Amino acid sequence: MDNNREFLMRRLHSLLGIIPIGLFLTQHLIVNHFATQGEEAFNTASHFMANLPFVIFLEIFVIYLPLMYHAFYGLYIAFTSKNNPGHYSYMRNMLFIAQRYTGVFLVVFIAWHVFETRFQVAIGNAAEADFNMMENILSNPWMLAFYIVGVLSATFHLSNGLWSFLVTWGITQSAAAQKNATYFTLLVFIVLSVIGIRALFAFV
Amino acid sequence: MGEAAKTVIFEIERRNSTDENSYWEKFELPYKMNMNVISALMEIRRNPVNMDGKKTTPVTWDMNCLEEVCGACSMVINGKARQSCTALVDQLEQPIRLQPMKTFPVVRDLVIDRSRMFDSLKKVKAWVPIDGTHDLGEGPRMPERKRQWAYELSKCMTCGVCLEACPNVNDKSDFIGAAPLSQVRLMNAHPTGAMNRDARLNAIMGEGGLASCGNSQNCVESCPKGIPLTTSIAALNRDTTVQMFRNFFGSDRMVD
Repeated sequence: MDNNREFLMRRLHSLLGIIPIGLFLTQHLIVNHFATQGEEAFNTASHFMANLPFVIFLEIFVIYLPLMYHAFYGLYIAFTSKNNPGHYSYMRNMLFIAQRYTGVFLVVFIAWHVFETRFQVAIGNAAEADFNMMENILSNPWMLAFYIVGVLSATFHLSNGLWSFLVTWGITQSAAAQKNATYFTLLVFIVLSVIGIRALFAFV
Repeated sequence: MGEAAKTVIFEIERRNSTDENSYWEKFELPYKMNMNVISALMEIRRNPVNMDGKKTTPVTWDMNCLEEVCGACSMVINGKARQSCTALVDQLEQPIRLQPMKTFPVVRDLVIDRSRMFDSLKKVKAWVPIDGTHDLGEGPRMPERKRQWAYELSKCMTCGVCLEACPNVNDKSDFIGAAPLSQVRLMNAHPTGAMNRDARLNAIMGEGGLASCGNSQNCVESCPKGIPLTTSIAALNRDTTVQMFRNFFGSDRMVD
């Protein structure tokens, strides 16, 4: 047991889930929320984000690389567990299973979401990821449902991931501290979900 | 007795050896007051006749202390891993289903081989080295309150229930499970044991060690001794965070 590669990879996986991916998700949902103030407000905010200096490097190092590492190593983690909800249906075990299901779903959802928006801009099929683009996508009720599930999976996965981040780095130790962290991360889930869902319905 | 004699029905998942397929066999026994799963298994051993009235081989199981301190008689009873000596028939739903803890190699019927747990204890150096070439004298004193706290961690009987309940201890992963990890915390808390704490922390930072925990927390819910296993894991997470930085930045500070 003298090889600590797995230890470092798991710690990196835990860290990247919060910094930068969790921070990026929060920022993304907040920028989306401009849609509730109308088409122009959203387009201005989206235009600003899409034209940040060195945006391609920001995207590669803050989004693509950390997200791909987290996604692919996460799939490995998800498929090496043997879920046992039946006789061990304790709350934390159910959240453990939900973390793995939402994680696998998010790999599919995010791949599709990036293909439909950012990738289309990159290959020149669309000038910019603007209000109209999202309005078109979400005009299909099936896509709207897909996006609602996607946003809720993401906010859940981040909130529950924040809880286990606090354990993984040894910040919350006692049962009481971990319980308080559960309440706190529940609040994070509710707040981020309201922001995300409000933004989605602003496009409908 | 005016009414018909009460009986108890057992369904037992059996197999003849590690490599053979398992099969279920039912047994119906006369009810006795205060009977537990072990006394029922003893009754089956005394008269190995299954519910179809056929004579069969006696069911084998492991046991030793019969008072829930040795851990040998652990098995899966009605879906949950626990000790069969403290599983009272009056408190169990019938038919009572007995299965071996299949996270471990099954030797025969309900007997399992828990060697991997003892190997893990060796891997994580879960002992206090006190041997020297000369008399080392007395070690540092341990505060009484700390001793009382550490006593709770020392109640671990290596029964394997926490490994059986854990979704991350399985044939696809080499995770050692909660029990040996908590022993690292116990040994590191001991004033003499703490002199080698870095060696234990580096051991659990290896393959299949601490990092493979997925925080499902089934271990702490299932532990028959009520050991705060998840607090142990989180505390070790903090210790290994510090150890990781010490290793990375090349500190040669080993012991406090």
